[in-house]
Amino acid sequence: MAEPVLAVRDLKVGFPTRRGTLIAVDGVSFDLAAGEVLGVVGESGAGKSLTGAAVIGLIEPPGRILSGEVRLGGQRIDQFGAKGMRAIRGRRIGMVFQDPLTSLNPLYRIGDQIVETIRAHKAMSEHEARERAIALLQEAGIQGARERIGSYPHEFSGGMRQRVVLALALCAEPDLLIADEPTTALDVSIQAQIIALLKRLCHERGTAVMLITHDMGVIAEMADRVAVMYAGRIAEIGPVRDVVQRPRHPYTKGLMGAIPTAGQRSSRLAQIPGSMPRLNATPAGCAFHPRCGDAFDRCRRERPEQMPAGSSEAACWLYAANATAGAAI
Amino acid sequence: MLAVRGECDGGSRDMSGVPLVEARDLTRVFDVSKPWLNRVIEGEERTLLKAVTGVSFSIGRSETLALVGESGSGKSTVARMVVGLLQPTSGSVAIDNIDMWAPVRERERQKLRRRLQMIFQDPFASLNPRWRVKRIVADPIKAFALAKDDAEIEHRVGELLRLVGLDPSDGDKYPHEFSGGQRQRICIARALSSKPEFIVCDEPTSALDVSVQAQILNLMRDLQDQFRLSYLFISHNLAVVRHMAARIGVMYLGRIVELAPADELFENPRHPYTRMLIDALPDLAMTGKPRKPIQGEIPNPISPPPGCAFHPRCPHAFDPCRATLPALVAHDHRSAACHAVEAGRI
Repeated sequence: MAEPVLAVRDLKVGFPTRRGTLIAVDGVSFDLAAGEVLGVVGESGAGKSLTGAAVIGLIEPPGRILSGEVRLGGQRIDQFGAKGMRAIRGRRIGMVFQDPLTSLNPLYRIGDQIVETIRAHKAMSEHEARERAIALLQEAGIQGARERIGSYPHEFSGGMRQRVVLALALCAEPDLLIADEPTTALDVSIQAQIIALLKRLCHERGTAVMLITHDMGVIAEMADRVAVMYAGRIAEIGPVRDVVQRPRHPYTKGLMGAIPTAGQRSSRLAQIPGSMPRLNATPAGCAFHPRCGDAFDRCRRERPEQMPAGSSEAACWLYAANATAGAAI
Repeated sequence: MLAVRGECDGGSRDMSGVPLVEARDLTRVFDVSKPWLNRVIEGEERTLLKAVTGVSFSIGRSETLALVGESGSGKSTVARMVVGLLQPTSGSVAIDNIDMWAPVRERERQKLRRRLQMIFQDPFASLNPRWRVKRIVADPIKAFALAKDDAEIEHRVGELLRLVGLDPSDGDKYPHEFSGGQRQRICIARALSSKPEFIVCDEPTSALDVSVQAQILNLMRDLQDQFRLSYLFISHNLAVVRHMAARIGVMYLGRIVELAPADELFENPRHPYTRMLIDALPDLAMTGKPRKPIQGEIPNPISPPPGCAFHPRCPHAFDPCRATLPALVAHDHRSAACHAVEAGRI
């Protein structure tokens, strides 16, 4: 296999507090190949957004990466300072956030923002960059891009703004796009449009995408592989079809059962008792064991690492029997 | 004007004779004009926003009617009018044949208010952060004088907290000590404390994670069975609505465009907008069916398109759609407002 675009190894992110350091991301490892879409899914507080922020070096202080490695195209970037990361952000890693308004400067015309970004990363004349911005906006589905390039962000609707942000994120042709809840603030019909657009643009360019969302539906629509996070760790990672239809980890099973579907109306939704533990009260052993129907002794004592489970990998002792062969990911 | 009368409401009436909740031609107009001086100087006219136009429905006892729609469709405005938080510009809401907005004696309205409650979307904004949970839950009991002394109130609050899956000792805590799902449980306990018959739920689980959402939806269905509650369930999430409701009304730009029993709506949607919403649902079965996301966005409600408000986005639009507003026409026990459906084109 070729060098992955992004390789994260044993990433640990923590927040120092008066009562010790809270570990919010705890030993997360994954690879992302060129052109691949990796969905990172989990409930609030699972650490999915923080994992994305760690990759791109945007963790809010006092939070910081405690240990582990982030490699972009083989090069270690987790130890780059602010200056080094600035050269990478935008050019090699693009970003799309939930609220398009926070990604756009309300005081500048959108055309100027895109032109500025293009010229910051590529040697282009003002005119060339403007033509490229228009082409990009057109590609992102903004009708009359040549006229609308002079508009301000507030003159666009939410869906249109997210298209502009997408164009902005892809204008320097990054190898990797981190999309953090890109469709959460949008209406259903607009959400479908944006997913289709994101899929098309990244597929055409061969951009790898790390798609962070709480919405399993979005993952099923778009991702190739999916990592399910729980309490700062990856509970299960595998091909999207397997994780969605044959989940292995008890948490993933519970999560899938809890999602109401438009198919047959069932009398009850599957229910995971309790709620995700707080950061300062992560249970010993497997963090999920107090809520798990299948928990046994070992789950309470030892923390499971990723082990093969079908075509996926699950951090669950239920799969320990076949874990002896290749525990090294 | 459209008229939703007769058969399409019939489903609920069959069950108990008279529906518990009856909304007739609800309309709400908001004045979003600039201040008077600006209008005079700039020579502008008043700007009116029709948030809801001619919405009619009925809800039977222990029935759930859901209203779905995207933002700006007017579903929350309907909820607020039904529960009495917002006066309709025209139209009426009757609960058990008592008109909520007719000039009645205050006592009678008080009595009516006890019988309906509301659960809001944001459990962080709808609980007073400075009150202990037991005071929050006891508030309606005191307001409607439903208990004779403090001991009875205390007993009742403990009972309610246990009913929604909390511990009676949680009554001594403050709202900030609870997670979002637990807070929504507190909101439900408060809503139940006046022994209502009808609860309006405005996006009750939209702020919650899926696993917590499942807990709350299950709880709401259990409580419905236990107390024969009627729900008006407002949501933008079709899958959630499908799980909760017997009948579903689909709203677009202030109007109900289709009203049908849940199963039939999903198996055989009639209105092109309903079809689009169902088609846009993420496909967890991953059948890989090709999908065609509908183009365009919701128009500005201040200046809606002429004719059918959906026609600029509709793949089936033909001439009448651009000229006249389609009426909500009932067939069997369901209804749709669409020229193309009427003409048998789809």
